[in-house]
Amino acid sequence: MDDLPDADMPPSDVPPRYHTGRLPNSKAGDGKPRLLLMGQRRSGKSSISSVVFHKLPPSETLYLETTTHIKRESMHSFMDFQVWDFPGHLDYFDPAFDVDNIFEEIGALIWVIDAQDEYLEAIMRLNTTILNLQHSYPNINVEVFVHKVDGLSEDYKGDTFRDIIQRVQDELSDHGYENAPVSFYQTSIYDHSIFEAFSKVIQKLIPQLPTLEALLNSLCSTCHIEKAYLFDIMSKIYIATDTSPTDIGSYEICSDYIDVVIDVSEIYGWDRPEENGQSELVETGNNDAESLITMERKGNNYLYLREINKYLALVCLMGDDSPADKKAVIDYNVGVFQTALKQVFPRADRDMSAQPAT
Amino acid sequence: MNTGKRQKQRKVLLMGKSGAGKSSMRSIVFSNYVAKDVRRLGATIDVEHSNIKFMGNLMLNLWDCGGQDGFVENYLTHQRNHVFGSVAVLIFVFDIESREFQADVISYSNIIRALEECSPAAKIFCLIHKMDLVQARLRVQLFDERAEYIRGASESFRDHVEFFPTSIWDQSLYKAWTQIIYFLIPNASSIEGLLQQLAEIIDARELILYERTTCLMVTHVTRQVEGQNPFTDRFERISSILKTHKQSMAKHTGIPAGSANFAEMQIKTGRFMFFICRLTENTNLAASLPPSEQIFNAARLNIRLARPKFAELDIASKPRPGIQQAFAHSAESERERERREGGGGAEERDRDSYAGRGGGKGKEPVHGFEG
Repeated sequence: MDDLPDADMPPSDVPPRYHTGRLPNSKAGDGKPRLLLMGQRRSGKSSISSVVFHKLPPSETLYLETTTHIKRESMHSFMDFQVWDFPGHLDYFDPAFDVDNIFEEIGALIWVIDAQDEYLEAIMRLNTTILNLQHSYPNINVEVFVHKVDGLSEDYKGDTFRDIIQRVQDELSDHGYENAPVSFYQTSIYDHSIFEAFSKVIQKLIPQLPTLEALLNSLCSTCHIEKAYLFDIMSKIYIATDTSPTDIGSYEICSDYIDVVIDVSEIYGWDRPEENGQSELVETGNNDAESLITMERKGNNYLYLREINKYLALVCLMGDDSPADKKAVIDYNVGVFQTALKQVFPRADRDMSAQPAT
Repeated sequence: MNTGKRQKQRKVLLMGKSGAGKSSMRSIVFSNYVAKDVRRLGATIDVEHSNIKFMGNLMLNLWDCGGQDGFVENYLTHQRNHVFGSVAVLIFVFDIESREFQADVISYSNIIRALEECSPAAKIFCLIHKMDLVQARLRVQLFDERAEYIRGASESFRDHVEFFPTSIWDQSLYKAWTQIIYFLIPNASSIEGLLQQLAEIIDARELILYERTTCLMVTHVTRQVEGQNPFTDRFERISSILKTHKQSMAKHTGIPAGSANFAEMQIKTGRFMFFICRLTENTNLAASLPPSEQIFNAARLNIRLARPKFAELDIASKPRPGIQQAFAHSAESERERERREGGGGAEERDRDSYAGRGGGKGKEPVHGFEG
């Protein structure tokens, strides 16, 4: 990995400003990309944001109140972004609304459609929104979450999904808008699909993604890693993975694994009073958490986790031909990866020096 | 407690009103069910027996008694001696949501009377179950009220009966069952003594011994500052974390939950180092250590060396197919077994005949468990 060229940084006199996910057409603002959650009322917007960003157990979302005004929340993570949760009944293109103010810093527009409900009206409103935005903000990513699919049978789920895609695309091309930047996802808060969908949405906002993927690919081939994910620890969204095919199963294992490490760290990571008499310096482990699970049966892969910085963790499913005895090699290579990542995402460093990691 | 007596098979009655959650509990603790899967369970007809091997030298003979009135009537009359004879522990499950609490208690005291008559030395644990359905602020008060009332109906057991609030949705279930199991383990104090020594040698902050299949805590040793750990429920929490992880691994790798065991789990941070590894055939040892690589590596090695010592305490009885499936042979345990066989002066033989000879070594009489 030492051979990898440094990520390109165009020479400039201005000190580098860290990436904020800002899109080229966005106007000056607070520099935080926005994720707008929109859709019909009761389609599950607030539930999604509570489950993904506030770790609310999915069963508790039944008791969420209807959202009556725009809820803005700032997320501090490897990159700062805002989540705006919109009430379903508002018409944003009413002249009374400051459309520019809403959409100027937008990172992605997430449109939530309740797959268990009548969705024709939702599609109509979605299309109106897309067409309205097309003129002033042509580069906005529109992400359609076909939501609550957990309640549908496999066949019906697929049919509904295809029907929605078809209707949206037909209607847009009827209006002369071909190849609209719209992506579709099937989601549910009762499994990991919502996290996976969010991962893909967020990944589009990271311009360094190709670099990250290249780094992960090279790490994977050097260490015989089957699948590597770079996770945002707090939200358990993965911001990059190597380019081998992803299946939701490996994502779920890694995500559950992070839970294990976080839970155990919470239990034993409490603030201990200074231990008297043990002041002589013993060799301590590095401050970045690392963890490893080997399975008992031969042939089963094992899991490796390494905290990269305050926000990010690398989780790897190791391949069969990469025995746990070679962990030292893996540790070293992950260290190289970590250094490379620091150059790609310099902000992690800045945060580290500004405030001690918690 | 009942150490010294090396009784191997202990009869445990699981009773309570129909629908109270007895079988759900049993499936979660002993059969790797997830909480949300228990709704698939049907009503228990009559008694479901299960033999659960716990720590090699303890066999739980669990009687899950269907709680419908007809069955209970039958237990109390025709099968009175059969059901209530030689009981070690009675676990009575009360449903906190029950609308006929008085009737439940009457049924409870009938059972208590039968137990008093047939096995007066039995121990009673009352689990006030489904606590998750009560509002959080009312829980303590309601639990105390119910417990006091039930205690009043406990006849001669009234001073010894123990109460636990439980719910399958959190770790309270593990807490209650850990206490029950601890009561049943015949050689708890010798295990503890050995663990204490080990902890001193490897300079561990805490050692926790878990049973492998159920992830229930057997015992623990806490040293120095770790005693001030604010998470007093950490043992149950870890049980619950381990169980969840096991299920997650099973779900995504397609291995049955019974055998989705990890060989080792390590977590190293700047504040602590933690690992869980296999100790004996039936137990896992969790160790929390100071954040130092040298202590960590020395501890791993020392624990490996201490294994035969623990294996002696944890004498395996005749292997049962159902439980043995859950036990995948690793190189480690193979070696361990060889070492043990060597100690007994035995030559190569297969597992069954080895276990059968256990009695011949004069360490532990082997009973026939079939049935």
